[in-house]
Amino acid sequence: MEEDFVLMKGNEALAEAAIRAGADGYFGYPITPQSEVMEYLTAAKPWERTGMVVLQAESEVSAINMLYGGAGAGKRVMTSSSSPGISLMQEGISYIAGAELPVVVANVVRGGPGLGTIQPSQSDYFQATKGGGHGDYHLLVLAPSSVQEMADFMPLAFDLAFKYRNPVMILSDGAIGQMMEKVKFQPQRPRMKEEELPDWATIGKKPERERNIITSLDLDPYRQERFNRKLVEKYRKMKEEEVRYETFQCEDAEYLFVAYGTSSRICQKSVQLAREKGIKAGLFRPITLFPFPEKQVGALAGQVKGMLSVEMSAGQMVEDVRLAVNGKVPVEHYGRMGGVIPTPDEIVEVLIQKFIGG
Amino acid sequence: MTEEIIIAGFGGQGVLSMGKILCYSGVMQGKEVSWMPSYGPEMRGGTANVTVIISDERISSPILNAFDSAIILNQQSMDKFEKTVKPGGILLYDGNGISRHPSRSDINVYRADGAEEAARMETTRTFNMIMLGAFLKIKPIVELDNVIKGLKKSLPERYHHLLPLNEKAIHRGMEIVREVHVVEKV
Repeated sequence: MEEDFVLMKGNEALAEAAIRAGADGYFGYPITPQSEVMEYLTAAKPWERTGMVVLQAESEVSAINMLYGGAGAGKRVMTSSSSPGISLMQEGISYIAGAELPVVVANVVRGGPGLGTIQPSQSDYFQATKGGGHGDYHLLVLAPSSVQEMADFMPLAFDLAFKYRNPVMILSDGAIGQMMEKVKFQPQRPRMKEEELPDWATIGKKPERERNIITSLDLDPYRQERFNRKLVEKYRKMKEEEVRYETFQCEDAEYLFVAYGTSSRICQKSVQLAREKGIKAGLFRPITLFPFPEKQVGALAGQVKGMLSVEMSAGQMVEDVRLAVNGKVPVEHYGRMGGVIPTPDEIVEVLIQKFIGG
Repeated sequence: MTEEIIIAGFGGQGVLSMGKILCYSGVMQGKEVSWMPSYGPEMRGGTANVTVIISDERISSPILNAFDSAIILNQQSMDKFEKTVKPGGILLYDGNGISRHPSRSDINVYRADGAEEAARMETTRTFNMIMLGAFLKIKPIVELDNVIKGLKKSLPERYHHLLPLNEKAIHRGMEIVREVHVVEKV
């Protein structure tokens, strides 16, 4: 029975899941702590299994523009990198959002700013959820908290990218990328056949239709504004249909941890430790960071006495929590930075200190 | 059952692979497992450590600062991790190169001179399996059958001829481990 499972690092699970999701191409450039993605792909030789292309570009700038080209041709393409590399890609991501193309970008976050550290961090929340590059746009952001979810979110990310014609980001961190857990994969999906490619793909003009044009440029301000409104409508639809989250012992909670990814795993233990001390704590874990589960967090504000946003950052998601709570209850932030990971008991102490006293 | 373990030593001692084999053994026994390594420059010659959790339930935090058991393979790791063992927990160490021995009397201390023993076997690379055997003797959290299955699953096939030697090393570790009674200094 246990034969179905394999033990893998998060990065490796993401890579295997990409092959099985029927990806047509991976374009990347190595950087710690996500290098195992391309290492795994080159060792797995998916070009022999499914025909998937794996290419090491000469830089992250090239890689993201290869995605632009591949996606423009209607292909399922992806890249992965870590924070400094993702910063290099921002221009391309903005163009891709502006050209309404479906791509998947995985960010295995490390501490910053600059080259920072190679240890895990959650300091790219703003960059991931508020746009990242220039212009009014959003990525749809999925935050896995386990190796299994690194695998499960890969096909989901492709589906969402194509549903909305929008880039999707899988935002994990060095801890999830490097840790090993049991993982079970979904069966191999076939790659898209020529006739299954979307009708907007630039694969040669057919006599029966107009030319397809992929561009992010429109010099007419009114037309550009109409396009911007279309994007706004797209993000509104995402907020309506794509919010994903998980709750842990929230039913009777008086205090709430709000945390995603690695921090949410740690907070789950903090809930347990707090309850052993007689404190009714619960955990709300956003799975989509954009769209943020604002309604659900707002609703819990009517029940709890306070919320503690726990992030490996100086305080980024806490702003979205405060917007969702809208002043109904106190919202505090606790974070560790620079690659330092908070421990479960330290988080409980902060909860006591900030809300309960003693 | 949830067992939270830290394994720590030098890079190259087989710290990470010992953790991996322990995890695979857990998987074979139908447990939930997690393996969280120190990574980066630490892996290249410096100290290496891995947090292994084996549990009947879904694992919450893969990162911990207090452990049920510590398997300590060098002095730096002793200095860093002795204090992280929960009261009543287990500290197993290899005596090779240790000058400051464990001093806590609220934990159970065991010693297995695995490095010395490994030098007597065909290859000193059996060291980590000797220490794993020693640990499993004290804490039989996974059955030996499943450890062998786990070994098989985690070793690439080209090393499968080494399975009997590894099994022998596990048994050797089980034989040489002994309890150390720490007398608290006053």
